[in-house]
Amino acid sequence: MKYVKEFRNAELARAVAAEIATLAEPGRHYKIMEVCGGHTHTIYRHGIKDLLPDQIELVHGPGCPVCVLPMGRVDEGIDIAERPEVIFTCFGDMMRVPGSRGNLLEIKAQGADVRMVYSPLDALRLARENPDRQVVFYAIGFETTAPSTALTLQRAKKEGIENFSVFCNHVTIVPPVRALLDSPDLRLDAFIGPGHVSTIIGCRPYEFMPADYGKPCVVAGFEPLDILQSILMIMHQLAEGRCEVENQYARVVPWEGNLAALRSMAEVFELRPYFEWRGLGFIAQSALKISPAYSYFDAELRYSTPGVRVADPKACQCGEVLKGVLKPHECRVFGTACTPEHPLGALMVSSEGACAAYFNFGRRAKEKVGATE
Amino acid sequence: MSEQRQKVHPRLRFDAPRVDMSHGAGGKATHKLIEGLLLPALENPALAPLSDAAILPFGDVRLALTTDSFVVRPLKFPGGSIGELAVNGTVNDLAVSGAAPLALSAALIVEEGLETEVLKREVEAMARAAGRAGVAIAAGDTKVVERGKGDGLYVITTGVGIADPEIELSAASVRPGDKILCSGTLGDHGAAILIARGDLDLEADVLSDTRPLTTLVEAIKDAAGAGLRFMRDPTRGGVGTVLNELARDSGCGIVIWEERLPIREVVQGACEILGIDPLYVANEGKLLAVVAPEAADAALEAQRSVEGGEEAEIIGEVREEPARMVVMHTGFGGTRMIDMLVGDPLPRIC
Repeated sequence: MKYVKEFRNAELARAVAAEIATLAEPGRHYKIMEVCGGHTHTIYRHGIKDLLPDQIELVHGPGCPVCVLPMGRVDEGIDIAERPEVIFTCFGDMMRVPGSRGNLLEIKAQGADVRMVYSPLDALRLARENPDRQVVFYAIGFETTAPSTALTLQRAKKEGIENFSVFCNHVTIVPPVRALLDSPDLRLDAFIGPGHVSTIIGCRPYEFMPADYGKPCVVAGFEPLDILQSILMIMHQLAEGRCEVENQYARVVPWEGNLAALRSMAEVFELRPYFEWRGLGFIAQSALKISPAYSYFDAELRYSTPGVRVADPKACQCGEVLKGVLKPHECRVFGTACTPEHPLGALMVSSEGACAAYFNFGRRAKEKVGATE
Repeated sequence: MSEQRQKVHPRLRFDAPRVDMSHGAGGKATHKLIEGLLLPALENPALAPLSDAAILPFGDVRLALTTDSFVVRPLKFPGGSIGELAVNGTVNDLAVSGAAPLALSAALIVEEGLETEVLKREVEAMARAAGRAGVAIAAGDTKVVERGKGDGLYVITTGVGIADPEIELSAASVRPGDKILCSGTLGDHGAAILIARGDLDLEADVLSDTRPLTTLVEAIKDAAGAGLRFMRDPTRGGVGTVLNELARDSGCGIVIWEERLPIREVVQGACEILGIDPLYVANEGKLLAVVAPEAADAALEAQRSVEGGEEAEIIGEVREEPARMVVMHTGFGGTRMIDMLVGDPLPRIC
C-alpha cells in the first residue's frame, strides 16, 4: 500500500537496526521511553523489540488518553449516560474502560443509549437529527483530539445547537512528562516524542527535556521504520554527547505546530488548575476544561457532576507501569485478576495501553518462537 | 474429541449479569457465553466438539447438522445481500465439515413495514444461492414482528448434509509440520459491511466475498486426500479467531507469516484508517484448511485452479511451540502474538 509499505520495509529495518547496534556502547543499558500509546501499539504490532539489541529497553509512557483517565471520571460519564434523555457518544476504546460499577458497554445492555462515534462532529450530527434528545460527547485525548472537539463546539455555537454538550477530559502532554522526570524512581536516557500531539503543539514545548533534565527527545512518526529511525537518532545524540529536540516526523510535524488549531483550542478551552491522572495522581495544569465563552456546552455544568474521586482497585499497579517503573507483566495482577476480558486498570483495555499491547502481542517468551521460515 | 477438549481447557463460567454486544462478536466473550452457559445446559456428545456442524450417526451414514442466523445491516451491500449470505453461510458450515448438503430450511423474521419488493428480492437471492450450491430449501417458517423490533429482515437457516465417510476432520488430528492454507484475501466481507453502513464517510470499492465453498472444498479434498486434517470457514472473528481456536483445541503452536497473508490493498487501507486488524475481520467465502506437509503443494495448486481460490496462499504452519498460541512473524522482521479478541475490535482514537 502506497505511503505505508515504504515505512514497513524489512530490509531497511535490518540496516537501521544494525546501525543502532553499532552505536550501543558495550556494557551500557539504555532506557528509552516512548511517551505515546500509538507508539507502544506500533512497537508491539510489528515486533520492533526483536530487532533491537537486548541492552536497549523501551519503556512505555503515559501517552494513552484512555489509560490515564481516573475511575471517577468514567463513573461520572456513566451517570450522565444513564439519564433517559441522553444519547451518550464516545470513541470506541472508551466502551470497555472500567468504572467502579461497570463499563459503558454494560450500561448500554441495561438500556442506556450509548453510541460509538468516530468524530465529535458525528455526535453533533446526532444532536441535529434528534432535537428532542440531549446528545453528550465524552471527549478524551491529548492535544491530538482536542482541536476537533474545539472545532465541533465552535460549530455548535454558531449553529445554535442547544441539545449538545461535551464532557471534557482532554489532557495535555507536557505536565505528565515533567512529573515523570521529577519522579525519583525513574532512570531514563531519552524520549521518543509523541508524533500526533506534535502536529498540533509542534516541537518547541519539549525543549525543557534537554534544557532542564538533560534528556534527548526525538519526535517520531507511527510506522515501524519511523520508530527505528528515531531510536537511531537518539543513539547518535547519546554517542556524540549531543542533547536536543529533533524532529524525525518532519513530513507531518511543523516545528511551530498548527497555529489555527491552537487558536481554536485557546478560544474553547482553558487550563484546569489540576487534574487527576490514573496511577500518577493530581498534576497541576495538566488538563483542559471548557472556557466561560462556551460554558453553555459544558456537560459538567449542565449535569452538575459532583467531581467525586474514586480510588483505583488496591491490587492495581497501573501507576508503576505508567511511570515505566514496572513492566506490564511485573504487575501483581497482570494476566490473572486483570485481563482484556476483565480489566481492572485501563492499561489493559485500549489497544494503546501498555498492558493490553503486551498481553495481546507480546505475552510469550521470545526464544520459543524459533527461527523465521 | 469431546474428552480431549475438556482436558485441554477448563470449564468456563458465564458470570456477566446481562448479555452485552461483546458476547455476540465471536471472540472470547462469545466463547464464554457458549461454553459457560449454553454448553453445560445442553450437554450432549454431538454438540460438545462445537464444530461448524454436528455429526450424527444415522444407520450407515453420518449426518451433518448446522444452523445459523443472519442479522446483517444493511440488508443489501456491495457484493451480496442477506438472503444470499444466509444460504451460503449454512452451505459452507456443512462443506467445511466435509459434508455434501442435502437440504436447507429457512426461517424469516420480517419487521412490519418491510417493502414487499425487498422481501421478494431476498427470497429470490436465496433461491439463486441454493441453486448455485445444488441444494433445495425444503422447509421454512415466517414470522412478522412489530415495527422497531427487527432490522427489516432476519434470516435463520438450518442445513443437513451427509458427511464424507472418507475423511476425518478435527483439530485433534492436526500435528506439527502441517501447513495452513487460506483460499484468498482476508476481511473483504467485514470491510464491505463497515463501508456500506456509511458511518465512516469512507468510499472504497470493496465487495463482500460471499460465495459457496463447495467447489473449493471438493478441490482440496481431491488434492490432499488423507492429508487433509481440518477445515474452517473464518466468518465472524476472522482468521485470527479460528487460528486461536485451532491452537487451543489441538494443543499445538501456530506460526503465520504476515507477508504471506493475502489482503486487498483497499481492505488494508480501510483497516489502517479504522485502527482494526484484518485478521479479525469477517469473511464469508474463504476456506481455511490445515493439510499435511507432503500434500500442501498439491492442495495449494488445487485451490488456485478453481474459481474463488485464485489468490490462495500457504499462510503459516503448525509447530510444537509455543503450545496453544498463535504467533506472527511480521513483515518488518519482528514477531508478535495473535490473541483472540474479547469482543468487537474497537477502533483506536488516534
